[in-house]
Amino acid sequence: MTTASVTQNFQGSRSLPKWLAPTLLAVAILASFSINSALASSNPEATQLNLFAVALVAVITYSIGFYLASRIIEGQRKSADRLVTILVTGAFALAVVPLISLAWTVVERGAARFDIDFFTFSMRNVVGAGGGAYHAIIGTLEITGLATLISVPIGIMTAIYLVEYGRGALARAVTFFVDVMTGIPSIVAGLFAYAAFVVIFGPGVRMGVGGAIALSVLMIPVVIRATEEMLKIVPNELREASYALGVPKWLTVTKVVLPTALAGIATGVMIAIARIIGETAPLLIIAGFTASTNFNPFDERMMTLPVFVYTSYANQGSDAQTYIDRAWTGALVLMLIVMILNIIARLVSKYFSPKG
Amino acid sequence: MYEKSFPFVHLQDNPCLGGRVNLVSVNPTSYERYYMSRLIKLAAIAGASALVLSGCAGAANEETATESTLSGTISGSGASSMGSGQEAWIAEFQIANPNVTINYDPSGSGAGREAFTAGGVVFAGTDSYWKDEELALEFAACAPGTKPWEFPVWISPIAVIFNLEGVDSLNLDAATVAGIFAGEITMWNDDAITSQNPDLDLPELSITAVHRSDDSGTTKNFTNYLEKTAEAIWTAGTIETWPTEYGGEGAKGTSGVVDAVTAGNGTIGYADASKAGDLGTVAIKVGDGYVSFSAEAASKVIEASSLVEGRESYDLAYKIARDTTESGVYPIVLVSYLTGCNEYLDAEVATLVKAYASYIISEQGQATAASAGGTAPISASLREKAQAIIDAIK
Amino acid sequence: MSSQAPVVKRRIGDLVFSNLAIGSGVAILVILAAVAIFLFAESVPAFLSEQDAAPDGFFAYVAPFLFGTVLASIIALLIATPLAIGIALYISHFAPRRLSQALGYSIDLLAAIPSVVYGLWGMLVLAPFLNPSYLWLNENFGWIPFFEGPVSATGRTMMTVGIVLAIMILPIMAALIREIFLQTPRLHEEAALALGATRWEVIKMAVLPFGKAGIISSAMLGLGRALGETMAVALVLSGSGVITFALLTSTNPNTIAANIALQFPESSGTYTSLLIATGLVLFAITMAINMLARWVISRRSEFSGAN
Repeated sequence: MTTASVTQNFQGSRSLPKWLAPTLLAVAILASFSINSALASSNPEATQLNLFAVALVAVITYSIGFYLASRIIEGQRKSADRLVTILVTGAFALAVVPLISLAWTVVERGAARFDIDFFTFSMRNVVGAGGGAYHAIIGTLEITGLATLISVPIGIMTAIYLVEYGRGALARAVTFFVDVMTGIPSIVAGLFAYAAFVVIFGPGVRMGVGGAIALSVLMIPVVIRATEEMLKIVPNELREASYALGVPKWLTVTKVVLPTALAGIATGVMIAIARIIGETAPLLIIAGFTASTNFNPFDERMMTLPVFVYTSYANQGSDAQTYIDRAWTGALVLMLIVMILNIIARLVSKYFSPKG
Repeated sequence: MYEKSFPFVHLQDNPCLGGRVNLVSVNPTSYERYYMSRLIKLAAIAGASALVLSGCAGAANEETATESTLSGTISGSGASSMGSGQEAWIAEFQIANPNVTINYDPSGSGAGREAFTAGGVVFAGTDSYWKDEELALEFAACAPGTKPWEFPVWISPIAVIFNLEGVDSLNLDAATVAGIFAGEITMWNDDAITSQNPDLDLPELSITAVHRSDDSGTTKNFTNYLEKTAEAIWTAGTIETWPTEYGGEGAKGTSGVVDAVTAGNGTIGYADASKAGDLGTVAIKVGDGYVSFSAEAASKVIEASSLVEGRESYDLAYKIARDTTESGVYPIVLVSYLTGCNEYLDAEVATLVKAYASYIISEQGQATAASAGGTAPISASLREKAQAIIDAIK
Repeated sequence: MSSQAPVVKRRIGDLVFSNLAIGSGVAILVILAAVAIFLFAESVPAFLSEQDAAPDGFFAYVAPFLFGTVLASIIALLIATPLAIGIALYISHFAPRRLSQALGYSIDLLAAIPSVVYGLWGMLVLAPFLNPSYLWLNENFGWIPFFEGPVSATGRTMMTVGIVLAIMILPIMAALIREIFLQTPRLHEEAALALGATRWEVIKMAVLPFGKAGIISSAMLGLGRALGETMAVALVLSGSGVITFALLTSTNPNTIAANIALQFPESSGTYTSLLIATGLVLFAITMAINMLARWVISRRSEFSGAN
């Protein structure tokens, strides 16, 4: 950027009048509305106005109009900024619409069975209406907890190895294979855990801990990737300052680098948990299906919430609606569990991160 | 007793989770009140962890009070078609025998047979009877050298469902159904359809034929019917995987097909009759008349069918008479078998399987299945034969 | 204090810690080797057995599914990457601070929705909603091969799958990219602001270059999930074994993972092996794509903020 352009910016710092944005928006909506209804009336097959198309055309018209106005009045640099603001906000809005629709679908349809029974009853001896997901909630908490216990230490230590220690062939190999691991389809992870357990315990084995292993295979690469990115962007100045004070490397990593990256790592772990807590396919294979509560992850089948949701939908009894209601409520509970875990992770990173 | 050991946490009769725990007593004494504020957090944490850790924290509906002498756990897996039936059977059986736990994984017929062969489960449900080459294998859960029994327990009509505005019922013969699903008849006002339904005003709308995208016994039985009755048009044979050249739309599972048919306009599909709901259904031409699906019409087809030849006496595999011309018979049915060992390695398992299988084929068990899945009950003569097989289990 | 004691202490701590780190790295290799060996061992019978599960040969069987997997993932990534960057930028640099935190958390939550639910939503809500747009696209742009007819009656098409996958990977990608953008050295941003840069110029000069490697990395994570996604695709897509670029019809190529999920429960013998062999192929393409991504990142590594 040259001094000239900055000066020019200061001199020409006229800004858009306040009334322009709302007026432009109104004009854009009106224009879009009339264009679309003209199109709809010329087309006999279109029975109703496509609101999606109306919104789309309106937004595009508004963006172009606003950009041109800004370009004329405020100049090129300012107008580029305006355009990007519109684009970024638009991207956000566009992405949020389906996400809200999804969340709303889950909440709306899940509310029907969101009652005390759902949290205190299992499905043992329940046919048709009633019953709950107590057994599945216990199973999901235990299996996800175990998977986290396995994955987080391995994941974080591997990321530390890659960022702080890794040199040479081994580091390259680990980096590469972590990438490969991110692509393991969940069903293959389940098959793998099943095959491994069959070798140890004999055929037909079903165990909660097997599910935890399968989920770990899926979770570890996410933890590593997220942690690695966070560790990489810890400024080297911090490490060098620590070394200069004579602090050993392992203390530098645990006391300086990790705390600096903690907020990001916590988010990463949360994402990893969120990624695996909703996995259905591997748990169906190795943790199995049961209607009863089982507290022991090292023995027999264990129900989990995703499997509960899936089987409730897939194997509806003759009173189909009660099964569908249970499925949606199961999904809602899963979301709430992650929400609570998320809040815990936020608190952890808030209290333990260095301020700055 | 609880009150003494933990004065601030008053537990009611059932100390299990479910809002049945009063963390703080309702009428605290002054002694309690003194400590309450400081200890309330601790108590909450301890209470919560005690609930999770203690063995008694079962679900509120899992309480036991028993008269039955049976106890133990057995697991089976297999056909998802009979999943809702197994769910109902297990519930009733467990209520009668509270110390028994039965699990049934509706993981699919192939997976069920394989798990049974490998010894992972002690009984299985399957939509297709054992193949000869499978029977030649060793069965790990059974005594060495012994082979499994099987008999039908779940006879479910398959409905041909469709979604066409203003039409509730259609009359179609096998050749037309085959033509629609093979992608040869593509419009609802095709002559083949209108000629059989002179009273209906069928629109000029293209047909979307919905089939199962996952391999399933339903597809197998449906295509078996088409193969046996309209061989000239349906050339793909009895299949589980839909042939690509037939086109149409794939959907996962019975619920997926029902949802896809419901969501579209001019759609047609096939699904377990109990899931047909409000959708229109096709009456199939058998002999000279058109037959709508019903449990009675479906059970008649078993009576008209014969056993597969060359099987042991304990192997009641049926060759369904799809091409029957007897009036009032609905030939598109799915028959699902129960299978287990003639001789178990473990006597306790044998006792449980005997009791459970006897219950399933009993009149009560079959009535339960009928209300849970709209199935046809097995006939008295079939029940007699099956009971004899069960009695011989060791 | 003698000068020797701390040196010895330091060495023990470092030794233990670095060995732990190396051990974890090796553990990853072991796990992955185990998965690979398992996949390989289980898929061998499909090639050796006399009864042929795939009559036209393995590659003829897997080719359409491979094509479908790549196509669906590319659509998903094309849609999700710009949107994820948009969301991340909005939360990190545009939204009011209080609002942005709440927004960030709520988007994280969506990553937790089970894929079954994405599938159900895609099938029951999204597909019927999008179908009129597909009809419109086909009417007006039918000459583009992607929008060829006949349009599906239910909207359960490749395009819908691509959009559902994009929505599924959005929360993960947006969360990671946001964290990276938030870590942009404040000095860089303030320096740019001090020069009179507009917000867009700050982003262009300080934020994006800093986050480039991270963006590619998160795109790879998203791609990994899109490639391997099972249940959602199985529920939404009306798939079979065809190769076509038409995105709006009922006849779509299935994806490898969805095909495994659909056929596995009823499979036995060599057919099971065949399905697992297709899993091996998925493994291989993931590897290839990741190699490509690594290569791109390594060419850009001079932008990394730390060094």
